[in-house]
Amino acid sequence: MHAVRVRCRLFARYAEVAGVEDVELEVPGPATVGDAVALLRRQLPSGHLLPARPLVARNRAHALPGDPLADGDELAILPPLAGG
Amino acid sequence: MSYIVQDPIDLGRLAARVAAPDRGAISTFLGTVRAGPDDGPVVRIEYSAYESMLEDEFARIVAETEERWPGVAVAAVHRLGAVPLGEASIGIAVGAARRVAALDACRHVIEEAKRRLPVWKREVLADGSARWRDNAGGREPAAPPPGRGPVA
Repeated sequence: MHAVRVRCRLFARYAEVAGVEDVELEVPGPATVGDAVALLRRQLPSGHLLPARPLVARNRAHALPGDPLADGDELAILPPLAGG
Repeated sequence: MSYIVQDPIDLGRLAARVAAPDRGAISTFLGTVRAGPDDGPVVRIEYSAYESMLEDEFARIVAETEERWPGVAVAAVHRLGAVPLGEASIGIAVGAARRVAALDACRHVIEEAKRRLPVWKREVLADGSARWRDNAGGREPAAPPPGRGPVA
């Protein structure tokens, strides 16, 4: 199966740790949210400093590691939330 | 209507948005920037967000609340950018026919907002230093919660 192309965004402390806010990823398909996180942690120079199981959003909604990915999805790696 | 503001929150305006002749109760909530006894000399908090998701997630919380308490109307905003000590970072107004629904629904909105909104805060101290802070009380470096994240 073709690779799944997704945009991955990082925020706040995770953007500082990774040194990047926006990354294009090509994940071997079929792919899940968890596959993309694992790839991101391997590809980024400081990726290993990100947690293995962070909060993740897919297309602007909270997601689970097993959720499937589709071409064009927007993933976001979310540091511990602090709203309110 | 956007759920994001950059300027001070006008609670009266939020309350006016949920007022109606058949609503006899308006419950409001303001969350303000504080410096607790263990927090050190915090002078302001800088809020940032995944703004497009914040809009979507806040809309989902409001829709769920209005579905769970029929007849209730919710108006809410989160402030982003630098918020000085004592000023509000979030404002919520809930209008309902009677007080119990207004109070319960308002509590629900703030609890879900704290649990689900993709917002981060950086405390700036009197000496100019800054640190990330999360809702679990964690300070930099804060570990994320284990396992699964919140699901809408």
